[in-house]
Amino acid sequence: MALPATRPTAAVPPGAALSPDQLLEIYYYLRLTRTLEERLVALYRQTKVIGGLFRSLGQEGESVASAYALERGRHKDVLSPLIRNLGSLLVMGARPVEILRQYMAKAESPTHGRELNVHFNDLEKGYLGQISHLGDMIPVMAGIALSFKLRREPRVGLVYIGDGGTSTGTFHEGLNLAAVQRLPLVVIGEYNHWAYSTPPEKQFAVKDLAEKAKGYGVPAVTVDGNDVFAVYEATRFAVERARRGKGAHFIEVKTYRRKGHAEHDDQHYQPKADLERWAKENDPIDRYTQRLLSADMVAEGDLKEIDDRVRIEVDQATDACVDEPLPPAESALPGVYVDPPAADKLWFKVL
Amino acid sequence: MAEVTFLEALRQGLWEEMERDERVFILGEDVGLYGGAFKVTEGLAKRFGESRVIDTPISEAAIVGAAAGAAHMGLRPVAEMQFIDFISCAYDMLTNYVATARYRAGLSTPMVVRGPCGGYVRGGPFHSQNPEAAFLHTPGLKIVYPATVRDAKGLIKAAIRDEDPVLYLEHKWLYRRIKEQLPEGEEILTPIGKARTAREGKHLSIITYGATLWKSLEAAEQLEKADGVSVEVLDLRTLLPMDDAAIVATVKKTNKVLIVHEDTRTGGIAGEIAARINEQAFEWLDGPIMRVTAHDVPLPYAPTLEDFVLPQTEDIVKAARWLAAY
Repeated sequence: MALPATRPTAAVPPGAALSPDQLLEIYYYLRLTRTLEERLVALYRQTKVIGGLFRSLGQEGESVASAYALERGRHKDVLSPLIRNLGSLLVMGARPVEILRQYMAKAESPTHGRELNVHFNDLEKGYLGQISHLGDMIPVMAGIALSFKLRREPRVGLVYIGDGGTSTGTFHEGLNLAAVQRLPLVVIGEYNHWAYSTPPEKQFAVKDLAEKAKGYGVPAVTVDGNDVFAVYEATRFAVERARRGKGAHFIEVKTYRRKGHAEHDDQHYQPKADLERWAKENDPIDRYTQRLLSADMVAEGDLKEIDDRVRIEVDQATDACVDEPLPPAESALPGVYVDPPAADKLWFKVL
Repeated sequence: MAEVTFLEALRQGLWEEMERDERVFILGEDVGLYGGAFKVTEGLAKRFGESRVIDTPISEAAIVGAAAGAAHMGLRPVAEMQFIDFISCAYDMLTNYVATARYRAGLSTPMVVRGPCGGYVRGGPFHSQNPEAAFLHTPGLKIVYPATVRDAKGLIKAAIRDEDPVLYLEHKWLYRRIKEQLPEGEEILTPIGKARTAREGKHLSIITYGATLWKSLEAAEQLEKADGVSVEVLDLRTLLPMDDAAIVATVKKTNKVLIVHEDTRTGGIAGEIAARINEQAFEWLDGPIMRVTAHDVPLPYAPTLEDFVLPQTEDIVKAARWLAAY
């Protein structure tokens, strides 16, 4: 069986499908992602972030653009973001204050201090947090897509996997199941060149991640991950195709992780020249902004206004939660099950 | 009333729940028109359609993961492991993803993972396992292990209706070996978390579950006749959460405890039961808590080897006699 043709993104006029308001909205999410992460760095240095801090610097474009191609709102499409998809989460409606509370383990955080960073969910808004075991979200999102198929709902699931994550068994099992069942699932393969400190050549022997997907009969395309328009168009095509019952789709986005695995990681293994080149010549937000301005799609003042608005929003979100308390110790016990409602408090705690 | 086997009772339970609730669906290897390796799901695809009895690739992690995703969205999946030995391929998905979902993220994951377990059938190392101990220390999972025809039905129905993930372990040695009259038209639901006194006794308690319930009952019968020892037998039915109240009650009644299970000894569930008795009923004991379990080896194939490794009725009789005389 011949694979359905994948759409050549070069033939699409940049931004053709997007209104000026939408273009500005995408810019808003890009700027919000970066500014919020910069705020998190400040809080991390003040030791207010309890655990590690993971940046998506350089990957904001593919995160925001892919999520933006979904139908958003209550009970619409569902995505599952990875640690470097803060932008996707924000697009789906997660609020900056929720992210800040998660990182600072506040009692009022979406998980009440039980889980870290972007590991939280709101299935009504359409996002399902990852667990740390890479690859596991592929089968789980296949199951969510299966529920759409069984109920004949015109909804789509979207899930991210890193270049390193494609080495896991669950990635392969999940993608194969999605292919066989023709599930409405779009998989974004993020080729960001680094799985912690491991480069692609130690991770797999294929050139493109798309080759792996093709091996399962899943149509796959490789796009410039730092080109917001290209990622948006490719995702929109895949999402609509999935929505029409045509099955799973894989989009490989070539990008570059410009920070270490987490803030503690000095990234000495990443060549300086590469880091400089990607920062200088291939920053997704710079490229997007230049494209908007050079084609007169938006006015410079509009962008400036968004920058200011984002700064205020991040300030307000920080002020709202930075001094909030951590969860009370005994709130650790309830909620393992519906029944029994709480784990037993152990005997030595009441001596 | 109609006489049904353990396997038929299990199928009836699945059937009734699929009739009752359109959210219930089955997924697994060869479960569709073929009806499953042991024919547990025979007839279900024909009645409910192949979209509710889904044949999957050989991918236990994807089966369990997809069940979890569907459960989050409000469906009620029942995932079959063709042999429970293969559940280890989904260990990560069950322990890290499924079991933690409610606690860490408030996610509802009502799903059942079921499959044939257990030995005494010459299945060798990979078609005879009892995996319960591997999951007992996983908060967030429930584990049920029916030993009777009635509970085979009652526990699958209760598991499907439970709001949390349940492992349902079905002993293949019992599938067609035991029969029981089950009333027609009566809803059979066995509450999860409640043990059952399978035989009343005064001198000694055997705490057990699964296939060894029947070997324990046989042993109790022999001890009563030959030695005049009155043995109480407690069928746990649910392993997680454990019915501490029932365990403590039988200890207080007989003051001597023999724990019998088919799984290997080290790290087996008997150790956990003994620890709980020690913590909650130490003063009531008139002897050491003893165990009859499989030997600590992978389960071998040859009948001579398997029969030696697994606990047999005569092992239980000897152990109980020793304990009664203590």
